[in-house]
Amino acid sequence: MKEILSGNEAIARGAYEAGVKVACAYPGTPSTEILENTVRYREIDSSWATNEKVALEVGIGASFVGARSLVTMKHVGVNVAADPLFTLSYTGVNGGLVLVCADDPELHSSQNEQDSRNYAKFAKVPMLEPGDSQECLEFTKLAYEISEKYDTPVLLRTTTRISHSKSVVNLGERTDQVREAKIEKNAAKFVMLPGNARVRHVVVEDRTVQLSKDGCCMPINRVEMRDTKIGVITAGISYQHVREALPEASVLKLGMVHPLPFDLIRDFAAKVEKLYVVEELDPFIEEQVKAIGIPVVGKEIISICGELTPGRVRKAFGLPENAQTTVEKLPGRPPNMCPGCPHRGVFYTLNQLKAYVSGDIGCYTLGFMPPLSAMDTCVCMGASIGMATGAVKVLSPEERKKVVAVIGDSTFLHTGINGLMDMVYNKGAATVIILDNRITAMTGRQENPGSGHTLMDDPANAVDFELLCKAIGVKNVRTINPLDLDECRTVISEEMERPETSVIITDKPCVLIKREGIFKAGAPLQVVEESCTGCRACLKIGCPAIEWIPASGKKGKAHIDPLLCNGCDVCSQLCKFSAIQEAK
Amino acid sequence: MSDKVTNIVLVGVGGQGILLAAEILSETFMLAGFDVKKSEIHGMSQRGGSVVSHVRYGKEVFSPMVPEGEGDILFGFELMESYRYLSLLKPGGTVVVNDLCIAPPSVLVGQETYPADMALKIQELCPDCLLVDGQNLAIEAGNARAANTVLLGAVSKRLDIEEKYWVEAIEKMVPKKALEVNLKAFQMGRGLK
Ligand code: SF4
Ligand code: SF4
Repeated sequence: MKEILSGNEAIARGAYEAGVKVACAYPGTPSTEILENTVRYREIDSSWATNEKVALEVGIGASFVGARSLVTMKHVGVNVAADPLFTLSYTGVNGGLVLVCADDPELHSSQNEQDSRNYAKFAKVPMLEPGDSQECLEFTKLAYEISEKYDTPVLLRTTTRISHSKSVVNLGERTDQVREAKIEKNAAKFVMLPGNARVRHVVVEDRTVQLSKDGCCMPINRVEMRDTKIGVITAGISYQHVREALPEASVLKLGMVHPLPFDLIRDFAAKVEKLYVVEELDPFIEEQVKAIGIPVVGKEIISICGELTPGRVRKAFGLPENAQTTVEKLPGRPPNMCPGCPHRGVFYTLNQLKAYVSGDIGCYTLGFMPPLSAMDTCVCMGASIGMATGAVKVLSPEERKKVVAVIGDSTFLHTGINGLMDMVYNKGAATVIILDNRITAMTGRQENPGSGHTLMDDPANAVDFELLCKAIGVKNVRTINPLDLDECRTVISEEMERPETSVIITDKPCVLIKREGIFKAGAPLQVVEESCTGCRACLKIGCPAIEWIPASGKKGKAHIDPLLCNGCDVCSQLCKFSAIQEAK
Repeated sequence: MSDKVTNIVLVGVGGQGILLAAEILSETFMLAGFDVKKSEIHGMSQRGGSVVSHVRYGKEVFSPMVPEGEGDILFGFELMESYRYLSLLKPGGTVVVNDLCIAPPSVLVGQETYPADMALKIQELCPDCLLVDGQNLAIEAGNARAANTVLLGAVSKRLDIEEKYWVEAIEKMVPKKALEVNLKAFQMGRGLK
């Protein structure tokens, strides 16, 4: 049967067809939809973990007792999971284990552009890289075979354009050839004490050599001979751009990007007049080809930053560019927090209080944008609290008071909680605001241990953040309604004054969670025109539902779009003239 | 079947139903027997950002991205976003655009103004431009939210694909309770000159 699937959907399908029993992940764009699709196959136990390290550990546990498991994350997630990954390379697997890491060249929604292929080399595990959805499905299945045959975890690398683009896929059946999960003790293989690990290290090195050899006759590493003037080594999405831009060129398309099939590369190099490597981000293939003494052109013509497009490949090869229409400069259209978002009032308050806001990753990172402009740092998931601790260590007592760390519920459970334990333990005097909207909102509303539901939609325990914070030693814990600006201002400024750790928890859910009715149903607000003086106070919260209607000669007036307004009531609290009221 | 690949670029604002329209297009082309690739960037799309989706079909499609200056049709859901992405269209390409302005944040707060005469400017650069009153036609069809299906109908008229594949794709992708309105909206769009 044929279907049009995204790369992520095809990977989920591939895992299903490969007989996978356990799938675990932490959501992260562009990898998120893989688990949102494995959940459609009830044969697979799919779950969200609190972070990528835990997700991988769950996968490892299932693998060690014999089941095939799938673990997925975005590129920066691999940084979090790196610890177990490197040792898993030594233990190898029992049931096949595939770790999908989704890179984001061009930083469509990430904080950096790192190239995960380096992890494959660093951790010494094979990595496959599909070039379209059909390959996503096939390579996933193949990855399980390689995993079990070579006793290794296998990395499957995608990039945003593979994860999120769709193409036609032929579907197959689920295999039931996979063994039953059962306990098989083998301490020499699974307990990595130095004595055992030394033995396994040799196995790992031999494995890489063997894979490099065997890779030369794997059909996923294929030579397509056309005109021999130009030969291009490429992989993944870059292959598609090369075929588009240089239809006549000969191509060595690598399906396995680590370890490289060096004999195949030598063969191909000998057959063409001039050799190129076309790859996104790092010169990963290029440097290794150069290291075996083959001259090749790569990053001299293709940028190390950003993603490729057919146009960029054409330009690199000096081909004429297509005629393009140029247009005049336009206002930008950045994303914004939703109308009625519970984060808005908190950021408005932090701006008013001139706080130094140590930020984190989630919807609330958008609090950085004007007019809220209330975020001063953002490095990685879970970092805001630790960074606040570091800042208060060196600031004067007066400046210390300004330091506020913000973190979402999911991010707090991900890795923020460690930072908070450290802050309490080391007596860091900063204010921490847990923006609990009861969902992992930024990636599209995934459940987490605070939400009360699992990925498979079973009811679950919901973490009590107040109790949790008290249990790790925070004495000052207060819960506020983030839609009440007075309450926000009073509580936040009081806690900022306090010379010890305090935690403030906000308790309104994300407006996009359908199951919780947050606001009075169907109660958009409106601006009473006669009362509006044009003071612009309500514009300071940056709600997309509030529009400024300039009037000729006079100052103008605010207007609320009734189709967008969610009736959160935050804007009306800013209007000194009571011009914003419930619509009649 | 010729080797030519047809390129369609869909642009608009997050939340306008662009991704669903792109899915219906892709499904139609697959049903009609073509190779199809579709690409888009989402993640921020729910939060009012600018959204672009590329759909390409033909005998064999390689890159999922429409090369700059090779778009055959620009399928626009909002005027300013359509103007913004004209560089993707080939010279002499076709534009089908919704006659609708959505103000971005800087305009909402009165810092910048929404550029004037967007429709005229698009028509100047691309004479083959159809301006569709999507909202009103959709209301006429029975639901203001079916504007993207009206537009889809107008686009379908410009592609050489049998009508039955369009209908089959819509039937497959649109929820049952909205189907009747959407089929009507599609026909209204298809009837536009
Ligand atoms: S998705 Fe939820 S948390 Fe994110 S901006 Fe919208 S309302 Fe706020
Ligand atoms: S009540 Fe005001 S701030 Fe809240 S969503 Fe409506 S317009 Fe926006």
